[in-house]
Amino acid sequence: MNVTLYIWRQKNAHAKGKMEKYEARDLSPNMSFLEMLDVVNEDLITQGVEPIHFDHDCREGICGACSLVINGRPHGKQHATTTCELRMRHFKDGDTIYVEPFRAKAFPIVKDLTVDRGAMDRIMQAGGFVSVNTGGMPDANAIPISKKDSDTAMDAAACIGCGACVAACPNASAMLFVAAKVSHLAYLPQGKVEAKKRVQAIVSQMDKEGFGNCTNHLECEAACPKEISVKFIAKMNREYMRSSVVSK
Amino acid sequence: MSAVQVDTMSVHQPQAVYKTSIGKKIIMAITGITFVGFITGHMLGNLQIFLGQDRLNAYAEALQGLGALLWFIRAFLLAFIALHIIFAIILYFENRSSRPIRNVRVHNIESSLASRTKIFSGLLIFFFVTYHLLHFTLIVTNPEYAALKDSLGRHDVYSMMILGFQNYIISGVYILAILSLSFHLSHSVFSLFQTLGLNNAAWVPRLRMISNIFAVLIFIGYVSIPVGILFNLAKLPEGGLL
Ligand code: FES
Repeated sequence: MNVTLYIWRQKNAHAKGKMEKYEARDLSPNMSFLEMLDVVNEDLITQGVEPIHFDHDCREGICGACSLVINGRPHGKQHATTTCELRMRHFKDGDTIYVEPFRAKAFPIVKDLTVDRGAMDRIMQAGGFVSVNTGGMPDANAIPISKKDSDTAMDAAACIGCGACVAACPNASAMLFVAAKVSHLAYLPQGKVEAKKRVQAIVSQMDKEGFGNCTNHLECEAACPKEISVKFIAKMNREYMRSSVVSK
Repeated sequence: MSAVQVDTMSVHQPQAVYKTSIGKKIIMAITGITFVGFITGHMLGNLQIFLGQDRLNAYAEALQGLGALLWFIRAFLLAFIALHIIFAIILYFENRSSRPIRNVRVHNIESSLASRTKIFSGLLIFFFVTYHLLHFTLIVTNPEYAALKDSLGRHDVYSMMILGFQNYIISGVYILAILSLSFHLSHSVFSLFQTLGLNNAAWVPRLRMISNIFAVLIFIGYVSIPVGILFNLAKLPEGGLL
């Protein structure tokens, strides 16, 4: 199959970027979207053209490194699927595909389709952890956790931190990501200890990074490759309110 | 070796609530919930126009009879309107600047035109409310209304409304304003519950539905007043104006 690509090319963080047209020929429908870009890049390299830069790592939908806004949708139109897991068979022969980076002020472009998502790491450093003053390994099941809570915490923990929620949000808000981290830990006894401090620390870091404010458009949930629910944003809002009222 | 106690999360001064992104949302939600209450009450109160002159004028007089309390409520509403607008503007500009370069292709799925244009529907509502207050509450635009009295000597709010809405332009502007209000509300009710954390996975679709239904009810309720008047369902009193 053949497709026509319009891809965002930008030399570096300060350069002005633009969409450029590429033809991808003789593709197998079983290729992943990233493999298709690899093929295009092989071609560009033989022509002596700078290949297209994009992020990727595991290529099996678990690491959160791949990104790309494909035809206006982060990770493309396939529901609950990362770009690396998206296959060319999800497109039609002769399709025109627009490929752009995950855009946000908080995600500066490094080159082409690669953006710096360090803001999300700094949010994690601010509160996305539990402080454990190490000792021996605790016994399994020493702390009972209800099935319901552990399931809910796991649903939130499914977040791979790819930033699709930010890219999908009309306001470039990182609320779904942050809410997943806050909720995941807030449902577990280990996380409850620092829950009040965490939500304050993590929200203030999120704001500092220049993400937009959530206005409940729900685009994030629709774009999330791990189907993180906006119910976690409601949960984070509750956690935040409690911490603001009680901590004084 | 003794363990070193490291408390990494404490190096942090909590931000003032109104400065954080969630705090700003909460201010929008709490002021918003007040307007939802006011809009409902105001509609139910004024629908009494269809119950006749006596009923509506008695209601209006009872409201006036609240005296200091009425002024307190008005001041409270005005302050909330100011807060809602100020924070809406702050949020609008912050949210615009959070993505300086937009995508060439944008494909929205869950958001609605209403949710993405609330700043504009809100602006229209603001202009209309200003006019509406000058028209019916402060009686600046049509000073002749002030002299209207009913047979019991009460301010004749009933005739004032009928005279007002018999004017096609006033009714037309009013209907358009209610349209933008309903548009605004279709996302508001869901949004405020979500912001206040009163939501879970099962209630997300339900609250969105309730939000839409509420917007439609508000539209029908308010628009029935000018439409009812233009179709003579509520007429000027028999003996003419006093
Ligand atoms: S490359 Fe790891 S999730 Fe796509």
